[in-house]
Parts: sequence; C-alpha cells; structure tokens
Amino acid sequence: MSDRAEVVIFWILAVPLVVAAAGVVVARNAVNAAMCLVAAFFCLAGVYVLLTAHLLAFLQVLIYAGAIMVLFLFVIMLLVTSGSAEPRERVKVMQVLGAAAAVGVGAVVIRAVIEAGALPMRTVGPEFGTVKAVGRLLFTQYLLPFEATSILLLVAIVGAVVVAKGKI
Amino acid sequence: MMPASSYLALAAVLFTIGLAGVVVKRNVLVVFMCIELMLNAANLTFLAFARQSGNLGGHAIAFFVMAVAAAEASVGLAIVIAVFRTRETLQVDEVTSLKN
Repeated sequence: MSDRAEVVIFWILAVPLVVAAAGVVVARNAVNAAMCLVAAFFCLAGVYVLLTAHLLAFLQVLIYAGAIMVLFLFVIMLLVTSGSAEPRERVKVMQVLGAAAAVGVGAVVIRAVIEAGALPMRTVGPEFGTVKAVGRLLFTQYLLPFEATSILLLVAIVGAVVVAKGKI
Repeated sequence: MMPASSYLALAAVLFTIGLAGVVVKRNVLVVFMCIELMLNAANLTFLAFARQSGNLGGHAIAFFVMAVAAAEASVGLAIVIAVFRTRETLQVDEVTSLKN
C-alpha cells in the first residue's frame, strides 16, 4: 500500500473513531452510547488492519463489537426503564474538576508521545499478524498464559452466574 | 509508512476520552463502556509498538487483554444487575453503603 493511501485511510478511520468515542461520553441515553461504542470498535478494527494486525482486527469485531456489546445491550434492556434519557442535571464541581484532570492526563500522555519522536515503522514480512504467526506464538512462547486465560474465563462465567443470581 | 507516533497519539486521545467518561458520567453502564474504551486504547498502543518493532509479542498481549476485558465485562455487569436488584438504581453516586 502506498504511503499516501495509508495516510488517507488512517484519517478516514481516525476521525469517526474519535467522534464515536466522544459520542459514548456525550450521549444521554445508554443505548445511544452503546451504539456509538460499536461504531468506535468497528473503526478501531480498521485501524488494526492498517497496523497489519489482521487476527486482532477480526477478534475485535467478533469479541468486542459482537459478544461484549450484545452483553451490554441485554443488560441495558433489562435494567434501563422507559424514558431513560438522563434528566438534565446541574453539573457538579467535582465533575468539572474530574474532566479537567482527565484532559490534564491526556496532555501529559500526548506530550510524552511527541517527545518520543516519529518512531518509524520497521518493514515486516507478509506473515506478520496473520492467524498462523500469532497462533504459533500463542501455542509456543505464550502457552501458559493462554491456558490460564481459559481458567480466567471459566472463573468469570461461574462468578457472573453466582453474583447475578444471589442478592447483595 | 506512517510513523508509530500517529497511532500512539490516536490511542492517547481515545484513552483521554475514556478517562473523562469514567470520571464524569454517573450511569454505571456508561462508565463500564468508557473502561472498555480505555482498554482498547491500550490495545492500540500494544499493536502500534508491535508493528514498530516488528515483534509479534504485542499481538499476544492484546489478545490476552481482550480475554480479560470479556471476563471483566461479564462479572461487572453481573454485579450491576445484583446491585440494581436491591437498590433500583444505576447511578454510581447513589451506591454508598461502603462509605463511612
């Protein structure tokens, strides 16, 4: 892919990504926020493809935009009653301070990125980021963490059932 | 090739938006979504550095982050449901029984 095309595609994906992410925070209705988040995840999957992370882009759509967001939407449907749009409340001082602190943290991080310089990409082979290459890595060097992940997911399933069933 | 710094800057912006949402929003479900946004920003950083260094390790870590995010979402939403059952609220500042 030519250099110019990559820049164009990056901006085509990055601008909707940031807009959708901002929509999650701005939306008054939880369902609208969830829909904005799905859009953000799809744009992010595109950015992953630009980074030649094909397997991760695929998993991003499957797991995040698919499974996790379906879970969120189910819980929203269960819990959020009709007329759920948040009433326009007075903004608290702590919220303003919190937003300012978040922007401050963001400024520090972006300054660190700028100070790190351009960090040019290395050329990689055609195998980079494919299912074969990542899978081989997961089943050799990262075999133990990979198997531990299955225990983590099992514990999460059992925990979710136990917590959601009983009363707190 | 585009330099890695543009991807890192994008991740920083995403992280900031997520952090602002966690601090500002009061609906616990939206707070959860903003946490997912922050996890995704971290994933983007991992992938950008993996591409920049030509090392696939970042992809493996991003994979594990996704698994942890799935586990976190399921347990977190279960806790939300359990709290809603007794309190009938989704506002984070109305659940204060651990205070004092």
